[in-house]
Parts: sequence; structure tokens; C-alpha cells
Amino acid sequence: MKKNSFGMILALALGSCAVLGGCGGKGGNSGSQGDAGEVYVYNWGEYIDEEVISMFEEETGIKVIYDMFETNEDMYPVIEAGGRTYDVVCPSDYMIQKMVENNMLAEINFENVPNVSQIDPLYMERSKSFDPENKYSVPYCWGTVGILYNTSMVAPEDVPTRWSDLWDEKFNGEILMQDSVRDAFMVALKSLGHSMNSTDEAELLEAKDLLIRQKPLVQAYVIDQVRDKMIGGEAAVGVIYSGEMLYIQEEVAAQGLAYDLEYVIPQEGTNVWIDSWVIPSNAKNKENAEAWINFLCRPEIAKMNFEYITYATPNKGAFDLLDEELQNNKALFPDIESLDNCEVFQYLGDEVDSIYNDLWKEVKSN
Amino acid sequence: MSKKLLSGPYLVWMVGFTVIPLLLIVYYGLTDRTGAFTLANIISITTAEHAKALWLSLGLSFVSTLICLVLAYPLAMILRKRGIGKGSFVVFIFILPMWMNFLLRTLAWQTLLERNGVINGILSSLHLPTQSLINTPGAIVLGMVYNFLPFMVLPIYNVLCKIDDNTINAAQDLGANFWQTLVLIWFPLSVPGIISGITMVFVPALTTFVISNLLGGSKILLIGNVIEQEFTRGSNWHLGSGLSLVLMVFILASMALIAKYDKNGEGSAF
Repeated sequence: MKKNSFGMILALALGSCAVLGGCGGKGGNSGSQGDAGEVYVYNWGEYIDEEVISMFEEETGIKVIYDMFETNEDMYPVIEAGGRTYDVVCPSDYMIQKMVENNMLAEINFENVPNVSQIDPLYMERSKSFDPENKYSVPYCWGTVGILYNTSMVAPEDVPTRWSDLWDEKFNGEILMQDSVRDAFMVALKSLGHSMNSTDEAELLEAKDLLIRQKPLVQAYVIDQVRDKMIGGEAAVGVIYSGEMLYIQEEVAAQGLAYDLEYVIPQEGTNVWIDSWVIPSNAKNKENAEAWINFLCRPEIAKMNFEYITYATPNKGAFDLLDEELQNNKALFPDIESLDNCEVFQYLGDEVDSIYNDLWKEVKSN
Repeated sequence: MSKKLLSGPYLVWMVGFTVIPLLLIVYYGLTDRTGAFTLANIISITTAEHAKALWLSLGLSFVSTLICLVLAYPLAMILRKRGIGKGSFVVFIFILPMWMNFLLRTLAWQTLLERNGVINGILSSLHLPTQSLINTPGAIVLGMVYNFLPFMVLPIYNVLCKIDDNTINAAQDLGANFWQTLVLIWFPLSVPGIISGITMVFVPALTTFVISNLLGGSKILLIGNVIEQEFTRGSNWHLGSGLSLVLMVFILASMALIAKYDKNGEGSAF
């Protein structure tokens, strides 16, 4: 879900050609002219196998106009302003909650989405933390946040198992932390045994002090670079989104590195994130949007997308189609028990958001 | 009439891309989320985090400007001495990297300075202890100097080229040694170039957030980073604009100060 902001910097650096190249799908699916109308799709960058778009157009005759966004925060004002209306959008958990609270989403007519039965009920259940009645969203990708460690730099007895291990002096200068407010506070709040959706000021202050105490041990605060820095052996441990794991494992194998990178879900519990398809209330082609969601829920299609995106799929049918090796990949599809203490991010309101931001600024300036 | 028509496009450009954006910043900076007038955004520069970030930015950009000046002046003198043909070829080589994107060049420094980067690779192959270079204030200063040095060299080089050789010869004929010529002739005559060089290095160094992000590992918060985050992550445009206004005051003040110095010393500015 945060795959692309570093990619964006590079794209900017390489000039607009690269941006256009990256947006190959953008409106460019001229193949079949839609007699069944259009559907305006707004999705994360690199978040679909583009082959799927043309397959959908061919099968349904609906023309896809495909645009991409970089972060939830970029997407929100676009939908809110309504200058360009989208029929189907793929935000994350907390942002869906914010959109529901602000009456920006339409209820999905599930009669048009029979394939929703393919989605593992577990994820429909988890979605209730941001969409309490499962009325507005259909899960698309999910994952966890955990600790990645380098097997040659971390002795077997020192392998991190808890978030609090990230405060251990032996990792001095070896820690890569996430450079985003909620992710960083999640680590601190969870290690203190609090909820990562805490709005209690005392708990937040405690978390802030903890993060300030950690800062001298931290090598750098990064977002997407954590992946490349860990592959390059720059640091011993890093906080990372599980979705990067398949890429990392493939890369370690391809480069023939002398070490392995292993992923741990800390015992205190972590953030389980879910990106889901929703339909904005101002959508003009709601039925086409439902056809789109239904198409993506088809197991073979979900499998294609999984293989492209490599983020865990909530689609039971697609999961059953995967190789056993992938099914047993614990970094991608962790055991249910290890997710016991996990939570999904919730939207806490603008006021609490600004408290988080101020405290984070204190951490960063310290 | 025709003259007015010719200035039309520039007028539209100035109004559309300078005046209106500035007014928008002023508007945002002086209002809160409800749109009511407030000075809180400006006053917030005095909070510990913001003041520290501003102080650090001023410090690092001052050091970078100083290093640029010390490096650029002798270089400009050498280039001038080599004559127009050869000198301008060297200048061409010197500004060649500027054709590549600023971000790419800064990313390249990241690769050089990293723990397993090129520099440490060379050190360890020579059996020397590796250094922690990246994510330090030093790395940020290095990035600033590297990126902004041409902006110091070019104006100084231009102004040095305009100094008549006869002036230098006259000073030497009258018995001035190298240092006397430097202090009494070269410096005073090149003040306009030095000043425009200082402004062109100091101002972007003061406001940068990319260099500190990429080479400082986001551990070092400069005022540019604070403003950037207010716009992108905190989505508090009002606070971001307020802080930008404060920064603008600092830039204007530094320019005014330099301009005043120049007036007393030399009499002619740019």
C-alpha cells in the first residue's frame, strides 16, 4: 500500500516520460470501445496486473478509465472535491472509515457482486472495524507490519520477537524505523501494551517519550527505502510492510546474497491493514463499478493480481489456487494465532490526528 | 502601445505565478482552518521544535554558504586566469552535472556515503576503518555544497572576468603583493558577484527539505522539512504557510543586510 512513493521520487527525477510510462493503463486501453458504458477506477500505483484491465474490457464491453494515486491522503481531497468523479476506489481501512463518516460512500449492491463469497469471511470480519456492517467495502489486499532482520547481523539468540527489542542497545545504529506518524506510534504504543488507535493523551505522551528514547539507536527514518536498504545490508533490523516480503526474498535469492532476511510479527501484536474497493456516493456508473469489483473477486483474476502485486490476497478461492510453497509463506500468510493482538487502523478524527502530528514533530526535532 | 503588448505575457506570468501564489500563502498563513484571522501560525515559530529546526537550518546553510565561498573564489580566479577559451570550457565541465536531475545527483551521494557504499567499500579494501558518513549533519552540508556550488562559482567568475587586467597590473606596479592585491583590489571589485553568489546558495540551502531527507535519514528536521510535512502529511496548510512567511522574512532580512553592506563597501549592487 505504500509501495510507490519512492518510485514517485524516481519517476519525478527521470522526468515526465517515466511518469507517463508508469501510467500505461491510464485511459490507454483503447482496445475495445465500450458499448456498455464506462467505469472510472482510482487505484494505488502498481496495484493491478494491467492484463486484468483489458480482460475486463473484453469480457464486459465496459471501457475502463484508470487513474492512480500515491497515498490515501492524496486520494481523499480528489474524491471530496468531486471535480472528476470516480466509480470505484481502493483506499485503506482508516480512510474508508473517514469516508463513511463523511457520507462519501455508496452502499454496494451485493446482488451484483456474487463473487464476494470468494472472500475469506475472516477478512470481512476484520473489515468491520472500519465498515461495521460490511456495507461499503470489499477487501482487495491485506498485510501486516513487522520486523525484518538480517540473519548475518543478528545472532540467533538476539532475534527480535517483540517491538520492545527495537529499544535494545545492541541494535545501536542498526534500526530502520518507518517515517510516518501512525506507523511509528503503532510500534511504540504496541510495545507499551496500548491500542494503536489510542486517543488517550497520557498514553500518547508515553509513546512519544519512548520514541525519543529510541531515536539515538535509529539509523534512519525511511518509508520505501527500508526494502532496498535491508537488501543492501545497511541495517540489521527494520520495520516493514509484509507486502514487500516476496520481492525481498526473490531479490535475496537472485543476487545470491550471503545472508537471509527474515520477517517477524512481534508478539505484542501489530497493524493488520486492509485495502478495499469502495464506491463513492457520487459515482455515475455504479453498476459498472459493481461489475468491476465482482470481476476482481473471481479467483483466477485475484490470483493474477496477487502474482503481480505480491501483497496477500483475502480471496480464499485465489489462495487455494496458489502453490503450496506460497501458501506456507508465513511472512505473507501468517498463522491466525499470531494475529491475535493485531488491530486495524481507525480514523481518529482531525483533532487527534493533529495531536499525533505534533508529537511526531517533537520526536523528529529532538 | 506595442511595447505594452510585448510586456503582456510577462505580466500574466508574474501575476499568475508569483503574485497570486504569494498572496495565497499570505492568506493561508494568516488564517486558521475556519478562515478566521490569526497570528498563531506565525507565532508558532517560537515553539521549541520549530525554533530548533529553524536554528539548525540557519546554521547548516551558513556553513554551506561559507564552504561554497571558500571553494568558489579561488576556482573562479583560476578560471579567469586561464583565459576565455579554456576557462569557459572548464566552466562548461563544471556545470555539466547540473544537466542531470538534482534528485538523482543527491541519490547518488546516498549510494556513495552509505555504510556499504562506495566510499566505505574503498576504505575497507584498504583495511581502513569504515566511517559512518550518512545520516549526519555533515552529510547534509556536503549535499548542499555539492548541489549549490555552481551557483556560487558562476556569478563570481562572471564578475572577475569583467575586472580589467590593467587594474591588477597597476596595483602590482605600485608594489602591492599578492595578498594586498587580493584584499584591496580583487575583493572590493568582486563584491556584487560574491553577494549574488551568497544569496543564490544561502536561500535554497535554507529552504531545502530533499537534501536533509535523503542524506539525513529524516533524523534531522530542518525548517523546510517541517513545512513540507505540514503540507503533505499533516495537511495543515495554514501552519505550513505561516512558517513559510517566517522563512520569507528571514530571507528578505538576510538579503537586506547584505545589500546594506554592499552599499557601504562598494556603492553598486547587482
